[in-house]
Amino acid sequence: MHVIVCAKQVVDVSEVKIDASTKKPMLEGVAKKISDIDKNAMEEALKIKEKFGGKITILTLGSPEAKENIKELLAVGGDEAILIKADGNEDYYASSQILAKAIEKIGDYDIILCGEASIDQFSGQMGPRIAGLLGIPQITYAQKIVAEEKEVMAEKNLGDSIVTIRSPYPVLITVTKEINEPRLPSLMQILASSNKPIHEWDVSSLGKIEAKVEVIETKGLTFERKNVIYDEGEMEERVKKVVENVIKEGVLG
Amino acid sequence: MVLVYADDEQLTYELLGKGREIADELNVPLKAVIIGEGKEKEYIEHGADKVFVVESPLQHFKAEEYSDILANIIREMEAKVILIGGNKNGRELASRLAAQLNAGCVTDCINISLDGSNILAEKVVYGGNAIAIHRFLSEPSIVTIPPKTYDVPPSEKRDGEVIRKKIDTKEYPSKIVNIEKKEAENVNVEAAEIIVSCGRGLKKKEDIQKIEELAKVLKATIGCSRPIAADLKWLSEDHWIGLSGHKVKPRLYIALGISGQIQHIAGMRDSDIVVAVNKDADAPIFKMADYGIVGDIYEAVPLLTKEFKEKLGS
Repeated sequence: MHVIVCAKQVVDVSEVKIDASTKKPMLEGVAKKISDIDKNAMEEALKIKEKFGGKITILTLGSPEAKENIKELLAVGGDEAILIKADGNEDYYASSQILAKAIEKIGDYDIILCGEASIDQFSGQMGPRIAGLLGIPQITYAQKIVAEEKEVMAEKNLGDSIVTIRSPYPVLITVTKEINEPRLPSLMQILASSNKPIHEWDVSSLGKIEAKVEVIETKGLTFERKNVIYDEGEMEERVKKVVENVIKEGVLG
Repeated sequence: MVLVYADDEQLTYELLGKGREIADELNVPLKAVIIGEGKEKEYIEHGADKVFVVESPLQHFKAEEYSDILANIIREMEAKVILIGGNKNGRELASRLAAQLNAGCVTDCINISLDGSNILAEKVVYGGNAIAIHRFLSEPSIVTIPPKTYDVPPSEKRDGEVIRKKIDTKEYPSKIVNIEKKEAENVNVEAAEIIVSCGRGLKKKEDIQKIEELAKVLKATIGCSRPIAADLKWLSEDHWIGLSGHKVKPRLYIALGISGQIQHIAGMRDSDIVVAVNKDADAPIFKMADYGIVGDIYEAVPLLTKEFKEKLGS
């Protein structure tokens, strides 16, 4: 079984601060990591490999510095990685075109796994777009995957219902954060991963692709809160003060 | 044309309202698509000039076939803007459709507007820290709009055309084998005016009773953060507030034992007044709070219940 895992390097969104004067998010210097839900996709790939053997290829579109984060996925059990080097200004359309072309170039695959969305943009477009471009079935928001020899069953979590879908290979599946708890690599695995190949492809080798949307502005959201915090004195007193304030606010109707 | 599709009637009305505005500004017709059965007459009364009713090849929504159907209709006409209902099905449908049409797409838009003849689409990014304004450089411009983003304008008597179509789609090898409806608890946190919400600070499922007692006094709806609904499953996902859960805007939001991860904040940031109780003085929830108590919820919640009960005489 050949599984391709699409993984994106993103800024750690919990570390993003808003500049008080410009009201823009400050992204410079913020730590980067593999998008959380892509790690859940990787974990599912590992389970499939444990069951059937085969190979896991990690596919990333991003800057050369993404190599450091890709190594973590190789350490937990990825066999090789392909990093398509680009400047990061690709829109959803261009990114999916590039990834689909790369997958066509890789050729033989049974399952493509993605996170349901990346934690930075949270568009959820990549998986379905890639499936659409390749003309293969898609199963999104999977909370459970059972892979068999010839086909896969997955549960799509729609919140108010669960839809079970069966598909032969090849198929693209996007997973939710709830599907599993991604494992961490052992020290031995981390050391051994340095010998695993990360192939670097230049984005231009996949053809010229123009964006269909551009981001013209990113505005930071700031919130004015009163921040009246009671952290000392008897608990009864703290509670009384809060209740008094809430009643004064007139929000209890 | 401006084209509207959602697999949900209420959401379709919301999109038709916004779609009508955009269509009038662009001076183009507004069309809607129904796959299977639907309310074509009502859609016309809510603003559609033309409704395509397509015989469904399937009993249930499936992105591959539905995307083929929409692509087929759109290719026959000059679609400028395509509004898709932004629930989970809509998001995967819009994305696959965008791939088929080589189109730009922005999902989960909190607002769309026109800049000349280009669509501007606003979307929350970086875990709720910022809004990115996208401008489309091409047509068709595909956007998904989540439920309750726009109000439904009143319907009016108007004329429109209903076109029945049968569209042959490619046969896909994937099949739906089961649909399990989750038990609905009749909880609607999105409409709640007062929410008492709990998180990882709860030690066991039975302790939700303490939260319920406070909620009862305040006539509040119970909410929760991700771990309680998704991991521990102590409450159903109807209660889940956050980026992947429900987005709420009550007059009062009381966060009990919730640390305030950015994903949770994204779901409750529009609340009028926020009260937080947490053991950890450095918990990020306090930055989002108007009033806070640093302390154990097991100590504070019964006291809050007692005090509110006395003050409100309930």
